Amino acid sequence: MTSNWLTTRAWFLMLPLLIVMIAIIGWPLVDTVRLSFTDARLVGTEGSFVGFDNYVKILSGTNFQRTLVTTFWFAVLSVALEMVIGVLAALLLNQQFYGRSVLRALMILPWALPTVVNATLWRLIYNPEYGALNAMLMQFGMIEGYRSWLGEPGTALASLIIADCWKNFPLVALIALAALQAVPRDITAASMVDGAGAWSRFRFVIMPYLAGPLMVALVLRTIEAFKVFDIIWVMTRGGPANSTRTLSILVYQEAFSFQRAGSGASLALIVTLLVTVLAVAYAALIRKSAGAS
Amino acid sequence: MERRSLTATILVHLAALVLLVVILAPVVWLFVMSISSTPDLIAKPLHWWPDTVDLSRYGVLLSSVANSAGEAFVASLFNSIKVAGMATVVALIVAVPSAWAVSRTPSVGWSLYAVIATYMLPPVALAVPLYMTLAWAGLLNNVFGLALVYLTILAPFTTWLIKSGFDSIPREIESAATLDGARLDQILRLITLPLAAPVMATAALFAFLLAWDEFFYALLFTSDQRAKTLTVAIADLAGGRVSDYGLIATAGVLAALPPLLVGLFMQRALIAGLTSGGVKG
Amino acid sequence: MLKSMQTALLCATLLGAALASPAHAETRINALFMAQAAYSEADVRAMTDAFTKANPDVTVNLEFVPYEGLHDKTVLAQGSGGGYDVVLFDVIWPAEYATNKVLVDVTDKITPEMTSGVLPGAWTTVEYDGKRYGMPWILDTKYLFYNKEILEKAGIKAPPKTWAELAEQAKTIKDKGLLATPIAWSWSQAEAAICDYTTLVSAYGGSFIKDGKPVFQTGGGLDALNYMVDSYKSGLTNPNSKEFLEEDVRRIFQNGEAAFALNWTYMYNMANDPKDSKVAGKVGVVPAPGVDGKSTVSAVNGSMGLGVTSTSKHPDEAWKYITFMTSQATQNEYAKLSLPIWATSYDDPAVSKGQEELIAAAKVGLAAMYPRPTTPKYQELSTALQQAVQESLLGQAKPEDALKTAAENSGL
Repeated sequence: MTSNWLTTRAWFLMLPLLIVMIAIIGWPLVDTVRLSFTDARLVGTEGSFVGFDNYVKILSGTNFQRTLVTTFWFAVLSVALEMVIGVLAALLLNQQFYGRSVLRALMILPWALPTVVNATLWRLIYNPEYGALNAMLMQFGMIEGYRSWLGEPGTALASLIIADCWKNFPLVALIALAALQAVPRDITAASMVDGAGAWSRFRFVIMPYLAGPLMVALVLRTIEAFKVFDIIWVMTRGGPANSTRTLSILVYQEAFSFQRAGSGASLALIVTLLVTVLAVAYAALIRKSAGAS
Repeated sequence: MERRSLTATILVHLAALVLLVVILAPVVWLFVMSISSTPDLIAKPLHWWPDTVDLSRYGVLLSSVANSAGEAFVASLFNSIKVAGMATVVALIVAVPSAWAVSRTPSVGWSLYAVIATYMLPPVALAVPLYMTLAWAGLLNNVFGLALVYLTILAPFTTWLIKSGFDSIPREIESAATLDGARLDQILRLITLPLAAPVMATAALFAFLLAWDEFFYALLFTSDQRAKTLTVAIADLAGGRVSDYGLIATAGVLAALPPLLVGLFMQRALIAGLTSGGVKG
Repeated sequence: MLKSMQTALLCATLLGAALASPAHAETRINALFMAQAAYSEADVRAMTDAFTKANPDVTVNLEFVPYEGLHDKTVLAQGSGGGYDVVLFDVIWPAEYATNKVLVDVTDKITPEMTSGVLPGAWTTVEYDGKRYGMPWILDTKYLFYNKEILEKAGIKAPPKTWAELAEQAKTIKDKGLLATPIAWSWSQAEAAICDYTTLVSAYGGSFIKDGKPVFQTGGGLDALNYMVDSYKSGLTNPNSKEFLEEDVRRIFQNGEAAFALNWTYMYNMANDPKDSKVAGKVGVVPAPGVDGKSTVSAVNGSMGLGVTSTSKHPDEAWKYITFMTSQATQNEYAKLSLPIWATSYDDPAVSKGQEELIAAAKVGLAAMYPRPTTPKYQELSTALQQAVQESLLGQAKPEDALKTAAENSGL
């Protein structure tokens, strides 16, 4: 078999995937690029060519800058929290204890809960008048009076991050756990004999096994956090005073609520570009860490 | 097995208990809300367990009386099953050959990376043209149309996962079989696919949950009982005139059940596949 | 594998086509409603059943979305050929819908009897540029609801006539320890906040737009926001109001945790239902108060209409359905959660029975209804104002600065 024939065969096998992707993603993307250079409205006018006007307006506007900062904090904090708690949970689940298999099975609960249900559930928990969080903190004497968790700019984003983290850290934990189970027992045993401390054992013996799978989880979660829409849409719709408005919400507002399909498209492409830059940076990191290990 | 001191054992059990509470408390609370009467739910201080258990809301949501809120809910439940099921099956069908091709022929790998890159696209970037395309094809407000769109989310993801599964299956197994005179389809069917079964199960699980979870496209592309999925139905319920928090919670419990069952059921196969190390690299 | 994929796609396309094409001769129309305030979902379903019984050749597909989704769903459905035939629209949208040709101009279909029978204020709901884009259906404004029992305990004889009086009475209730925060509003970052704000703007004699330029940042517009901020900062207003929608306000009021609440018509009979409410029988309702020397009452036009979309393939059946839904007979029968658009209904004992207080408030309130600005760019203006209201309440900006910024961002 020549390599030429192998390549042809490979392309043939990939054909279904490529056709679907080009039809349902490729063409709309091209159309979005076209729209981004027009002042088209969602209904009514087709719009005319306006060059880079949309982009200039968005990049110089305070709305975009503020929203970018909000999105950045949401993504960084929620992903960081998920990674740390996820790895800790995985290390724990790799220990021996009573009911381990039950707890491992239960880990899937939050993650399997649909995002919209999760958001609704936490909105009920955070409810300022009848929510469980206020009731619980009050009964433990941790707060003086009921608080408006989603109504104060100071706590709204943090409350969203906690809700998001609760749902997603089990994914990180399950991935990390699977990686941990691939660590040969004799290696850890040997390092124990060598008298390595817990931290150095984690850092030098276990971490190399975790790095690859965790990187994958990190990339996925970061991309998802940057695109976040559902949980915010259901819980705050970007309020209070736009303090939880992320980029996807802003694009929705621009393109659908205000019906400015043109500038909505430019904004969406800017978001895409940002996510791409992030992903490329991660890919470089993965390659580097793969080369190192 | 390593030996632990008593202190360490106690600490591990304590930590496990904390984790258990963190994982379970919100889910259990969702269930408690669904069986609490409204006076219990708006009592101050809050009743953590209802005075009387009220299961009537499950009856309301699962009723099949024509033109009722229950009928609409059940319809959306079935729509979600249909859309997520179809999208997952087709995604696997598309993903397996592609994943194998890229795994064995790295020179075409760049096209997979291009496909995966679409995962980074925020759905808002495609929504307007996609809407027009679906309208043109008559696939708006249609479970097949929605499944087709979901396919574009699931396929890159599953291809990526399955490819890494194939990567860990040594090529030598396949080339040895080739030398023995086996045809390609035989090799795939008898050797490679069974070895990759655990990773395919993982991929299917991920794909199904991803589709079940999707909200944005469903919000834009469906409008009534013929295609509206559960996520949209719940968002409508929570955003509209339902001040009965218990009803919202009941809808949440019902929406969470299928993925929870799938998750718990599939997880055994999944963890077994991952731990037995059937295909260590 | 490729083959099964093709088969699957083929099946999908065929089935899709089969579902999309009309299979039987009877006409099927799709109607979009909201699941919020005014008529309940059950009411709308019952009205529709009555229509299909009378017109067996027509079936009506009902769809309910939250108010927040109503506008976007309508606009999105425009893109497709087979969207909705009948849509519910808010008083603030005809300008945009007319400009973008979302709705059909039905001026010619409206009979002189309709014109004279429907209250003049209701017609403003569906009019833009001298044309009518549907029939008014929900005639609504925000009333001041009060808890009679709490007012009595506080020794207050009559509900407030002015906003200043409202603040005084609330302070009395607070000082007597009856309630920590007596007033509930819907000030969430949503259209609901603008309805409350507009009520106050009308009380203070302010206006939104003059000669195409925003003027709400001075005069009555500024006074209105200042009142909201003062009420919030003084602790007379429930601080959680800033994340409340109408339904949260109703929940608080029904639970006896608010002495005063601003809300739509529908709350009256719901809060008076002992099955769901702790304050049944103690609900008082009056028109929203005025401001000394400027107004005696205040009201926002929160009405909504039913229109035929320009993409409808059955505009005649759609119109028939609308005339049925908005007819005096239908509206009189379901007058508990939303009051009729027809002038003579208000003197009909069958309509006012058991809700005399509400009808009395409605007669005054509906006549004083003040419009939110009429502009195709309403959504942008409203979004900018919502932000201004919230930033002022949260102390992130002074009301005058916040409104100035809103004026700049309003797209006008």
